[in-house]
Amino acid sequence: MTPPPGSLLCAEQLRKVYGPTVALDGAEFSIHPGEVVAVMGPSGSGKSTLLHCLAGIVTPDSGTIMYQDRELSAMSDGERSALRRSDFGFVFQFGQLVPELTCVENVALPLRLNGTPRRPAEQAALKWMERLEVDDLAKKRPGEVSGGQGQRVAVARALVTEPRVLFADEPTGALDSLNGERVMELLTDAARTTNAAVVLVTHEARVAAYSDREIVVRDGRSRDMERAV
Amino acid sequence: MSIGHTLLGLLEAGPRHGYDLKRAFDEKFGHDRPLHYGQVYSTMSRLLKNGLVEVDAVEAGDGPERKRYAITEAGVTDVERWLTTPEKPEPYLQSTLYTKVVLALLTQRNAADVLDVQRAEHLRGMRILTDRKRKGDLADQLICDHALFHMEADLRWLELTAARLDKLRQAVTR
Amino acid sequence: MNARQWYRDLVMGVRFTVTGGREGWTRAVLTGVGVGLGVALLLLTTAIPSALDARHAREAARTDITFSASAPMPRADDTLIAANVDTEYGDRTVRGRELEPEGPRAPLPPGVAEFPAPGEMVVSPALKELLASDAGKLLRERLPDRITGTIGESGLVGSAELAFFRGGDGLAAYLGDQRVQRIDHFGDRDSGAEPLDPVLLLLVLVVFVVLLMPVAVFIAAAVRFGGERRDRRLAALRLVGSDSLMTRRIAAGEALAGAVLGLLFGAGFFLIGRQLVGGAEVYGISVFPSYLDPSPVLALLVAVAVPVAAVLVTLFTLRGVVIEPLGVVRTARPARRRLWWRLLLPLAGLAMLYPMMGQGRDHGNFNQYLVTGGVVLLLIGVTALLPWLVERVVARLGAGGVSWQLAVRRLQLSSGTAARMVNGIAVAVAGAIALQMLFAGVESDYTRSTGQDTTRAQMQVSVPQEVPVAGAAAEFAATKGVRGVSAYAEGYAGDRRSDPGTTAQLTVGDCAALREIARLASCRDGDAFVVRDAEYDTDTRKLAVPGRTLYLDPSWEGVPRSKEIPWKVPSGLRAAGTRIGMTGGEQSGFLLTPKALAADAAPALTGQVYLRLDRGAPDAMERVRNTAAAVHPLATAMTWSDTERSDRFTAIRTGLFAGAACVLALIGASLLVSQLEQLRERKKLLSALVAFGTRRRTLGLSVLWQTAVPIALGLLLASAVGLTLGAVLLRMTETTVRIDWSSVLSMTGVAAAVVLAVTLLSLPPLFRLMRPEGLRTE
Repeated sequence: MTPPPGSLLCAEQLRKVYGPTVALDGAEFSIHPGEVVAVMGPSGSGKSTLLHCLAGIVTPDSGTIMYQDRELSAMSDGERSALRRSDFGFVFQFGQLVPELTCVENVALPLRLNGTPRRPAEQAALKWMERLEVDDLAKKRPGEVSGGQGQRVAVARALVTEPRVLFADEPTGALDSLNGERVMELLTDAARTTNAAVVLVTHEARVAAYSDREIVVRDGRSRDMERAV
Repeated sequence: MSIGHTLLGLLEAGPRHGYDLKRAFDEKFGHDRPLHYGQVYSTMSRLLKNGLVEVDAVEAGDGPERKRYAITEAGVTDVERWLTTPEKPEPYLQSTLYTKVVLALLTQRNAADVLDVQRAEHLRGMRILTDRKRKGDLADQLICDHALFHMEADLRWLELTAARLDKLRQAVTR
Repeated sequence: MNARQWYRDLVMGVRFTVTGGREGWTRAVLTGVGVGLGVALLLLTTAIPSALDARHAREAARTDITFSASAPMPRADDTLIAANVDTEYGDRTVRGRELEPEGPRAPLPPGVAEFPAPGEMVVSPALKELLASDAGKLLRERLPDRITGTIGESGLVGSAELAFFRGGDGLAAYLGDQRVQRIDHFGDRDSGAEPLDPVLLLLVLVVFVVLLMPVAVFIAAAVRFGGERRDRRLAALRLVGSDSLMTRRIAAGEALAGAVLGLLFGAGFFLIGRQLVGGAEVYGISVFPSYLDPSPVLALLVAVAVPVAAVLVTLFTLRGVVIEPLGVVRTARPARRRLWWRLLLPLAGLAMLYPMMGQGRDHGNFNQYLVTGGVVLLLIGVTALLPWLVERVVARLGAGGVSWQLAVRRLQLSSGTAARMVNGIAVAVAGAIALQMLFAGVESDYTRSTGQDTTRAQMQVSVPQEVPVAGAAAEFAATKGVRGVSAYAEGYAGDRRSDPGTTAQLTVGDCAALREIARLASCRDGDAFVVRDAEYDTDTRKLAVPGRTLYLDPSWEGVPRSKEIPWKVPSGLRAAGTRIGMTGGEQSGFLLTPKALAADAAPALTGQVYLRLDRGAPDAMERVRNTAAAVHPLATAMTWSDTERSDRFTAIRTGLFAGAACVLALIGASLLVSQLEQLRERKKLLSALVAFGTRRRTLGLSVLWQTAVPIALGLLLASAVGLTLGAVLLRMTETTVRIDWSSVLSMTGVAAAVVLAVTLLSLPPLFRLMRPEGLRTE
């Protein structure tokens, strides 16, 4: 396949089946650097599976995924893991912070997985925590901070490696609207300043409103609303 | 909401008398506010004038003569255009949206497309509001939020409707 | 609060176990199996004393030949003559008796319906099977009699015992032999079982405590399986309106159900285990399943103690947990663990043992309650000290790689859980180290040198007086696998016919044989020598007067009259120098060449044949035994070894090893279960970490560290406590305290291997959980 010009990550004809359920059935996707794309659709439509495929966590049964000029779908598990460590960042619905590590250690974790020594990793982590206005929580454990704070720590963790693509799966799903919007503002601002692309899976319109455009997934098929209109 | 488009859409199923049209409209859409026959008459004459319907037959009975209307080619195109054109996001839109969805189902069109198109339009509006909100002061933010929440409510309704399209289809085509 | 409310809550808890769906069942079965294994082990252990009693009773009931001197019994119509014709096959002992009834009312031995006629025998089922098999071919040559029946269970002490009775003839002629006796009943009337040596009793006591303590710890751990899920369920109950006391009672009900299920499983495992044990033979000891009957009191104790303990442990665990309607809150930062009361336990244990220091084996039995209490307290001290130790050490652990950081932080957050997981292993290892140390220290006391010089001979055959030793020697020399034979006829000469005041040994052999036991200047057949200055011998000098008449085989008061053959000390007696003989001492007394002894004196002497074997010939020993049996039924063949160990000691030691192995395997299983449960709890988090690109190695290592750190601390503490306990026990038995490092290393090594195995076994599920599917929201 030939990726659309200027696209950072794109996918074509993705198909993924889990047992009897068809999660993806010919989904398409593409994103440019610095772009925020919302992936919308009813629950069970295959949104999360699309995200997992794009992030190289899951390999599709068929179809191709291109990241820059490399074919993600053809890489080995080790290569994809390395790519996730270096080029991608992740935010999940419930933060998924490691409960026994302090917040700053959680944020520093992706850097440390990449081999950065502890001290510089934690310094970088603190910088990002400042940007997300949670630097005062550095020494606290995730169990001791509120949901909104925890999610901001999670965003800091996702951005600390300055990824090219940030994957966010219902990042505000567990938050009230005020906290959710604050997280979205900080997330999109931070992504814009680093020119990172953001793949934002959400079912909330007000969260999707932070995106540049949306694609809709229904029954495993995607629909790019910009091209359709 | 456009009564003209609605009546046109109803005609797509086949030619009808004016009175039948009123009954069909009342049954599908006019639960709380039935249509006056006068409204039907004036609308149909406007549509006739615009060439969107034609008189299929005239029955001379004991009472006033009864015209049977049929939709023209131009009328079908007009309905098509109306359905695929999203409504400007504004409060209290649902009756129009509901009519659109039901008509799409009645005319065997893809109702999900109607919803998707509308969602895209809503999101476009919400993006603009969100952007304004981010740049504006607190007053701006509060005003934008009000609009955003209303649009979000519409969108939620859209999603809910989309999830129940199959049931709705069964209900309206029964 | 009334009793009905209590009952309702308990029943509700019980119902949760049964109706909790697949998850509830899994948890119930896990707990049931865990507790069941523990209960089965408890029951088996409590059955061991009664099994030994049963064995002992059977043994006593079939006793025929006693070594207590009694007046010779006259022949009557209710007597029989029994001869001990035990033999060995490979390393197994075959109990053999030759029976000759002397009248119609002669007593039948237990398990035998009819006396076998000469040329016939009845055998135990195990022996019958052996004789019929290829492996028993050589034994069949030795026992050629026709098999006419089998010995019933009442005549055997174990299912795998090898035994036979065969018909005898003319046994009266051998009544002088210690192994041939006339009896009128079977069974030892004054069952004078020799009491266990106090030190052996101490060992047995400590073995029991040491084996049962970890089982108790294990049961305590097993009732906690699935605890976190249960807490969440209880939280849901709070949400629908039950108060915190009710939830506690419901939890107690669940624990009760698990424990009762465990008792059922345990009874089942016990019955299965009993059959298995009945079919097996451990180091020559086998028992019948029916022997393994736990005493009713102990069984009842187990049946009551296990559920009660389960409930108590559950309530104790919930102590630090506040179950709120919306979730489980562990009291945010548990109070720092205090040291002082934890130290009290082992100190109290030491205090209980202290009074018995230096008691040794000569001051009667040790106080069983003090020993048990002291050892139990010391070992419980391990479980009390370990959480404190883990908390302190882990809090100080510093930075490292990511896997190390993950593990250390997790341990810091939940050091109690980690410590509980390894408590069982620590207790088992501490106990085992103490025991090993005690064994190693005491071993020398119970292992004595036989003095036998295995470089000069490997077997010795004693031939009865009736058999000419020269002929026997020739038979052995012709046996395949025998390289050399030294044959002697031995006897004693006394200064009087009966009850002599002075005696000297008399040994007849050819010159080559005599040179093996004394230094001779020259030797020809017909020569007679005397060794005057051997150690421990003063009588020979007095008796070695040429021409003096001595009496060979003199009689002693209280035993049947013996041969009392007069013998004149020869005139040409020459002096011979001492040499260490083959049995380790200096040979003393008169040494004669065959021609120097009058033929009529021969019946007073018994033959001893020493054999050098071809070590390469595998069946040489069996062939020698066959030859011995052919030479004379009462000829006995002995295999030489440098040292011999007390049999009882071996049995206890065997028990310890088997027990320790079972206990460690059991604890390993529980470790694995709780490890897997923890991993399942963290499924989502693991998947998230995988999304970040975390390597499998990192997470695998962190799991290893997470187990290895507390285990290392546990083993350290266990070694310290074990060595202390071992030293105290050694002091109690008045044995030099010596640290047996090899046993410390081997026991800690075994425990470390268990941890490694558990980690390895939990890796595949870990990697399965790390698959991205875990991120999917169901």
